[in-house]
Amino acid sequence: MSNPVAVDLENLTRVYGTVKALDGFSLHIEPGELVALLGPSGCGKTTAMRILAGLDEATSGTVRVDGRDLGAVPANKRDMGMVFQAYSLFPHLNVLDNVAFGLKMRGVGRAERQARADEMLELVGLAAHRHKYVDELSGGQQQRVALARALAIRPRVLLLDEPLSALDAKVRAQLRDEIRRVQLEIGITTLFVTHDQEEALAVADRVGVMNAGRLEQLAAPAELYARPATPFVAEFVGLSNRLPALVNGAGARVLGCAVPTLPGSVPSGAGLALVRPEAVVVKADEQGAATVTSVMFLGPNSRVYARLADGTQVQAQLASAEARAFRPGDPVSIAIEPVPVLVVPGPAPART
Amino acid sequence: MTRVLRAVLWLVFGLFFLFPLYAMADFATRDLVHGGRTLRAWQNLVADDALFRAILVSLGLAVLTVAAMLAVLVPTMIWVRLRAGWARNLVEFLCLLPLTIPALVIVVGLRNVYLWVTYLLGESPLTLTFVYTVLVLPFAYRAIDAALGAIDLRTLAEAARSLGAGWITTIFRVIVPNIWSGILSAAFISIAVVLGEYTIASLSGYQTLPVQIVLIGKSDGPTSVAASLATLLFGFVLLMILALVTRRRRRTVAAATVPTTPTGVRT
Amino acid sequence: MAGRSVGRRLADGAPLLPFFALVVIFLLIPTGTVVVNALFADGGFSPARLGALFSSTALTALWRSVLLSGATALIGAVFGAVLAWLIAARPPESMVRRGVLALCSVLAQFGGVALAFAFLATVGLNGVLTLWVQQLTGFNLAGSGWLYALPGLILVYSYFQIPLMVIVFLPALEGLRRQWREAAVSLGASGRQYWREVAVPLLGPAFLGSVLLLFANAFAAYATAAALVSQGSPIVPLLIRTALTSEVVLGQSGFAYALALEMIVVVAVVMVAYNALVRRTARWLR
Repeated sequence: MSNPVAVDLENLTRVYGTVKALDGFSLHIEPGELVALLGPSGCGKTTAMRILAGLDEATSGTVRVDGRDLGAVPANKRDMGMVFQAYSLFPHLNVLDNVAFGLKMRGVGRAERQARADEMLELVGLAAHRHKYVDELSGGQQQRVALARALAIRPRVLLLDEPLSALDAKVRAQLRDEIRRVQLEIGITTLFVTHDQEEALAVADRVGVMNAGRLEQLAAPAELYARPATPFVAEFVGLSNRLPALVNGAGARVLGCAVPTLPGSVPSGAGLALVRPEAVVVKADEQGAATVTSVMFLGPNSRVYARLADGTQVQAQLASAEARAFRPGDPVSIAIEPVPVLVVPGPAPART
Repeated sequence: MTRVLRAVLWLVFGLFFLFPLYAMADFATRDLVHGGRTLRAWQNLVADDALFRAILVSLGLAVLTVAAMLAVLVPTMIWVRLRAGWARNLVEFLCLLPLTIPALVIVVGLRNVYLWVTYLLGESPLTLTFVYTVLVLPFAYRAIDAALGAIDLRTLAEAARSLGAGWITTIFRVIVPNIWSGILSAAFISIAVVLGEYTIASLSGYQTLPVQIVLIGKSDGPTSVAASLATLLFGFVLLMILALVTRRRRRTVAAATVPTTPTGVRT
Repeated sequence: MAGRSVGRRLADGAPLLPFFALVVIFLLIPTGTVVVNALFADGGFSPARLGALFSSTALTALWRSVLLSGATALIGAVFGAVLAWLIAARPPESMVRRGVLALCSVLAQFGGVALAFAFLATVGLNGVLTLWVQQLTGFNLAGSGWLYALPGLILVYSYFQIPLMVIVFLPALEGLRRQWREAAVSLGASGRQYWREVAVPLLGPAFLGSVLLLFANAFAAYATAAALVSQGSPIVPLLIRTALTSEVVLGQSGFAYALALEMIVVVAVVMVAYNALVRRTARWLR
């Protein structure tokens, strides 16, 4: 793409009656970047996207693309390509005519439309299906056609509203990679909305986690995962153990181990440390205070569940080769690796 | 702009459809002799012997038709889905066929058949039940089919049978309670159809309510109009009750009341 | 092996007997009787009965029936589509909407005789509207007795054709997915372009199909006309009534059969056309 553009959503608020779908939401997307908006249903991510597309109007706030305020620009003039969750292909048109639709709206001549549509279908690997109709395509194929259709008009911004949510698990993974490949190839600024955190982490340059109409954290996937800024982000992204911890000046003590704390943690006193399963170390120990309750085989990794003396459940993630050694009932000792954790307010532990 | 347009259109349609109903109410309470209002026409619904009898006949027919329709159709449709799958298309085709064959045609060809029926069962107008059951098939089929499609019939039946229930128990105590909205829908619509059916009754010479209404119409306008209005209101109330009771299954019920019928008007 | 499965089929089919018996005796046999008696008389093929269909009485009645059905189909389709659009704009759980749909159902499917009397009470000789207009302007609205002839029939038939259109067309309107409009808009379509390129092509077949449905419905309708028109037979169904109830018995019952056959043919042709039209496109709007 010759000139990717930046997108700015400034302080968007959207109120429906008594419900605040967006509450002072701001987001900046760099030119050519793919930002994923991640959050549970009702968090406002789709609302934000629809306001950007012009399908919905913000109660207050500004939308800027390439520096220009789009407030007065109607949805059909915003030059954005949008892929919906499902059912958006026109059933009375075949694949080729669907993809060429946007070009027809712009008055492009027939031969040129079809050539461009063919080009887009090549890009998504569906050139052989150009004359088929919607009901002859699988879910994954339909979404690829939708992607081709959105890109055919050479939009400045690409919007993807939960494009994979309606698909089977296996198709989802394939299509997710495909979308990312195409996006990188074309270099278009993209906003990707999803409720699936694995999807968001896999595909995005940066991920914005949303909750109740506000942005909780915007960061690269690795950073989001390793250094969550708020308890909500820590719990929503990846799995966490909640283990009793005592915070002092130097960090925290969790299960007898010294662990550094992340900014945003409880400053001192008792709390709950959010520890990732892969940071939990399990060792066979005759005198160990913990007991294995179950082992779950997940392929390359396995999850070992153990119960501590005080009844707390812990889950640890180990390579399957290691996990094979453990059986339910085995006594073990649990340690925590010194990876920074977020400590949130919680009940006082009996002892650490 | 659209708002104003919509309001105006609603008003126009409202006037067109509600005014005749208002006119009926006015006409039916008119005192032709002294001027002013009277409820005599409405009292005639009960006081006039012939009319009252016709009302009873029609109500009786409605009840019998619903009973016959349920007794024949529900087991048939369940059986077709569970055991006789090969017959499914045939049953659907036959159930929807009455939509394509006008009632008028049926009554023309019905004479021979009814010679037999009256020979075997007598001259009562209640023998119309058989034909009426056929007439309500399309509506009843759609309603019950929608309800059956919304539950996992096979699993329910197999679960019941594996726990030891016989077929009768399975149908009446397991399946029927789960398709209640469809059955209710089929019943109410059938009642409305029977109460308004005129073609076959009049050309076969039976005195049902619509037939009587037309007969009286020439001599006592207000009473006929009163009875007609009563029929319309009754049908409306039935359907409103149905809509309120089956609120949850809206989609399926709505689909069932779309007959896509050419002869959908039971006239 | 084959015998066993046939035997099994018969056994499985046994509970279906009451249903089949009912349909055969009270639907198929009467229809068959009509067809047979229209074509055969006195033991042999007799074109005479069919020939009667080409008499001037029969042809005039046919022409008027077609006119009535066509006119009310168009009126019903256009106004019914507008009303359906109004209803579709209301929230699905609104009481107004449910009330209106219940009223449409009653008027469209169970009205028959009652509708005739509704209009007698409105624009008949002593109708409410007639009397009002007479008091106000002295003009006798019901003067020429137009209510009891074709113009009256067109008015009254519209009273049930419009609601029928609503019932038949509303599902199609609601089947227009929001995503199609939004996708079209995001691809650059203006309101007019959306209608021209997406909504009309999608709704077109459903609309035309509904017109056909309304036509067949009016063509086969009897009760309303019978209640309004006590003497004379301007349209085919009333001609059948005359043929069935006339005092001149000989030679008339055969006429009824022939007319009934004519009715079957017309309605069947229209329904076949309807099915062909709607088959492919109905899936789009499910």
